[in-house]
Amino acid sequence: MSRADHRLSWPVAMARHALLLAGSGLMLLPFVWMISLSLKPPEEIFRSSFSLLPQHWYVIENYAKALTAAALPRYMANGVLVCASILALQILICAPCAYALAKLEFAGRDLLFRLVLVGLLIPHQVLAVPLFILGYRVGLLNSYAALIFPFVVSPFGIFLFRQFFRSIPDEIVHAARLDGLSELAIVWRIMLPMAMPTIVAFSILSVVAHWNDLFWPLIAVKSPKLMPPALGVVIFRGGEASTEYGPLMAGAVLVILPLVLAFIVVQRWFIEGLTSTSLK
Amino acid sequence: MSAVNAPSYDASSRQPDGIRQVRALPRRRPGEVFAAVALAGPAMALLLVLFILPVVAIVAVAVTDWQFGTRSLNFIGLANFRAIFADDIFLASLRNTAIYVSIVMPGTVLGGLAIALLIESGDSLRGFYRAIHFLPFMATLAAMATVWEALLHPTIGLVNNTFAAVGLPTANWLRDETTVLPVLAVIGIWQNLGFAMVLFLAGLKSIPQDLYDAADIDGADQWLDRLITVTLPMLGPIAMFVVVVVALRAFEAFDTVQILTQGGPGHASELLLHTLYRESFEFLRAGYGAAITVVFLVIAITLTLIQARLIDKRVHYQ
Amino acid sequence: MAAISLDRLSKRYGGNPVLDAVSLDIQDGEFLTLLGPSGCGKSTLLRVIAGLESQDSGGVAIGGVAVDGLRPKQRDVAMVFQSYALYPHMTVAANMALPLKMRRLTLLQRLPIVCRLLARTRATLRQIEEDVRRTAAALEIEHVLDRKPGQLSGGQRQRVAVGRAMVRRPSVFLMDEPLSNLDAKLRVTMRAEIKELHRRLGVTFVYVTHDQAEAMTLSDRVAVMLDGKLRQVGRPLEIYADPAERRVAEFIGSPKITMIEARVGEGGQVHVGSRLLPIETAQPPGSLIVLGIRPEAFTLVAPGAEGELLAGRVRLVEHLGSDLYIHLEGAGQAEPVIARLDAAQAPHIGIGEQIHLAVHAERMLLFASDGRRIRAATDRRPVAVVSGLRAAARAEYAR
Repeated sequence: MSRADHRLSWPVAMARHALLLAGSGLMLLPFVWMISLSLKPPEEIFRSSFSLLPQHWYVIENYAKALTAAALPRYMANGVLVCASILALQILICAPCAYALAKLEFAGRDLLFRLVLVGLLIPHQVLAVPLFILGYRVGLLNSYAALIFPFVVSPFGIFLFRQFFRSIPDEIVHAARLDGLSELAIVWRIMLPMAMPTIVAFSILSVVAHWNDLFWPLIAVKSPKLMPPALGVVIFRGGEASTEYGPLMAGAVLVILPLVLAFIVVQRWFIEGLTSTSLK
Repeated sequence: MSAVNAPSYDASSRQPDGIRQVRALPRRRPGEVFAAVALAGPAMALLLVLFILPVVAIVAVAVTDWQFGTRSLNFIGLANFRAIFADDIFLASLRNTAIYVSIVMPGTVLGGLAIALLIESGDSLRGFYRAIHFLPFMATLAAMATVWEALLHPTIGLVNNTFAAVGLPTANWLRDETTVLPVLAVIGIWQNLGFAMVLFLAGLKSIPQDLYDAADIDGADQWLDRLITVTLPMLGPIAMFVVVVVALRAFEAFDTVQILTQGGPGHASELLLHTLYRESFEFLRAGYGAAITVVFLVIAITLTLIQARLIDKRVHYQ
Repeated sequence: MAAISLDRLSKRYGGNPVLDAVSLDIQDGEFLTLLGPSGCGKSTLLRVIAGLESQDSGGVAIGGVAVDGLRPKQRDVAMVFQSYALYPHMTVAANMALPLKMRRLTLLQRLPIVCRLLARTRATLRQIEEDVRRTAAALEIEHVLDRKPGQLSGGQRQRVAVGRAMVRRPSVFLMDEPLSNLDAKLRVTMRAEIKELHRRLGVTFVYVTHDQAEAMTLSDRVAVMLDGKLRQVGRPLEIYADPAERRVAEFIGSPKITMIEARVGEGGQVHVGSRLLPIETAQPPGSLIVLGIRPEAFTLVAPGAEGELLAGRVRLVEHLGSDLYIHLEGAGQAEPVIARLDAAQAPHIGIGEQIHLAVHAERMLLFASDGRRIRAATDRRPVAVVSGLRAAARAEYAR
């Protein structure tokens, strides 16, 4: 409230806006340019004079090409399938474990938790070679399963859920036991509903990470039919479209759109989720 | 539930001493161990198979001459490590990564701090500015890399056209050994700035208003004095955290290299993770790749442990 | 010198008035307490005096100089915050030195490296260190000068906060609920220390609290605030014994004052139910008024005795050693009537018993139906009653 007395004088306020608008401009420049190019026909793209909007709108041609020439809808459907599977399995596997680590007493609990912390230390890229070999041996490579299996258990997820479950009073667990719930039922019917904010935050992080991931899909799948969006863009670009900026940009717009739209709609959750999970 | 509880009641009824019964009950119940195994078992097994054993395996592969597809396997000690540290490409990659991190990390942290301070210094349009600066962090980097390529295109790119128009030197940014790494770093800063900003904004929010009031009363009421007396010291712990997190993210940069430069020209933009990928999956030199992976792992763990130490410190701070 | 003069201060937050035409003159060297329930605007008033917030209208003068528009730094005020607001990253010594550095050193001299180079700066810094040490010695916190606030106990932090305010010898001390974060025992100790500090420094203190006991024991004068308005300003006992309006009477005093509805009859006679009271009022006949009676004003009488005001069934008896509180119900009142009786006078009153209470006319406080205080015609109150009440009231406040 006393900030009111530190309200910026108008030249300072203008300077603040000027700086932030300049920053915003730089941040947005690639997005604006992407959209601009996705609207233009090739001859306008390759003209050295530039304008934001095209003289001849080429929207349908570019976007149609992005959707047909490359299997962009397929890539995005793959992305949805893979992200959804990963997230569902992560919650299914991590939440019960987190509950056991947070609320049950058993020998070796601290050891198991230490194992989770070790997992937290390991950057996932380090695991690429052994997981590749594992996938190869088991015959999983070049399948949806190949894209999913390395991520089904998330040390970060276990850690996050455990921290939250620990903040729930033991009395609630005891009351649920007296009400006749099994331990698994306690996890699903009591703990997880209470952990909704944590679930939302974790879901956002998980989906963003795997929708955008390029490293592992590059290793795990070769068939274009299986590729998730990030890899799809690379293939699209590397293939026929390398000089066809219009369709390529249209493809980029389409790949980015779902997350950006989701972000704009639930901006607060994204940012709060990210901050709360990062700072824990 | 009954299955879980029944054994413990049995156990307690066998206790002759009533007082000990009461104490024995809440302590380790056999049912609880069973439940723990059922609940934590799958995750722990997967953690072992997907995280712990692979790390052991990678270290094992790094000290052998194993190759993809071969059956022979001999212990060769540190030969792989000697080889990578004698390899100019690996050394260039290590050096490039250090340079890349040392540009991206301060650029992102200082930029993010500046944006956060600017946003928080006024009341209007906070959410708008926050959202826009955060957008690049969300957007699929692989797709945005292709956009950057178009922006940086030597003849039709916006960057060169603009630079030429205002009389600045132009370049073939991604094909020039001197510019490629700084340009990738700029993209790295562009992508991570919003992340640092959001963390700093959270830090700024957590500074008690009373401290600013006290600073006013004490006479530290100019913008700079408030910054030095309250804001920056109170942000100190979070700033250390942001430094490490951003350094880790920069250290793991891959997408832009893979898409835009493939490590070139020459090896001017070879970064560690890209080298790791190339050696392991393109050249299929498993032992060699594993040795690089181990180096990568050691550096990443060191950074994370530094971070953990700093977070511990933060707790003692108040 | 630093008398404070507030002239018709008003302030709104989003349409709600938090300060409503507050005017008050505080003498130089006075200890004035702003007392009120939370949300009454007392903290806002203090912050306006400090310059941390600005009023919408009205003026503040300190030492005869209008300070509106001056920053807190320029007002020569020091403040102790409820949370103490110590800088957690600085040692106690650095916390206490900060206000001096900000005043005695230029911006250039405060820069970390430059400051060491100039001889004059070094001399100033030595002087600051000396001042800090002297203040710390006076507050007996010398031994913690090198520690950080996080390593101190609550009481020590409180002293450091006071020390930081004291060290630059301000002419006005502002305190915003400085004791509310301490445990009950420490609060009493620190209360005495603040009183002692005020005596020693002899400067103006403005103290905000919601705690009546603090207000009563510390203050030269108490200003009661309710809903953004100053309701009454006066010496602690005046506020208690001679409240200016119904809500002040109800806010001050524990247990709460009993309010009894009465009717004005012909010629200003006052009736409670069918009883005629030995007082008269200038209120128009037929109007309703309210009779306020402090617990200690009741006396136990025999049924039908002269001056009997009400009768009721005992619901609860609280023994306090020398006194006892009787909670009566069914005395024609919605809320239970609480009477404080001498234990010797009423030795064995049991629960459920029917008892009869009388009140001396002089000890009835009359309020109009709008809450205004009205004077009874036979009321020869102030001096005599105040002195008569003093003993009872003092026992009350000392609790």
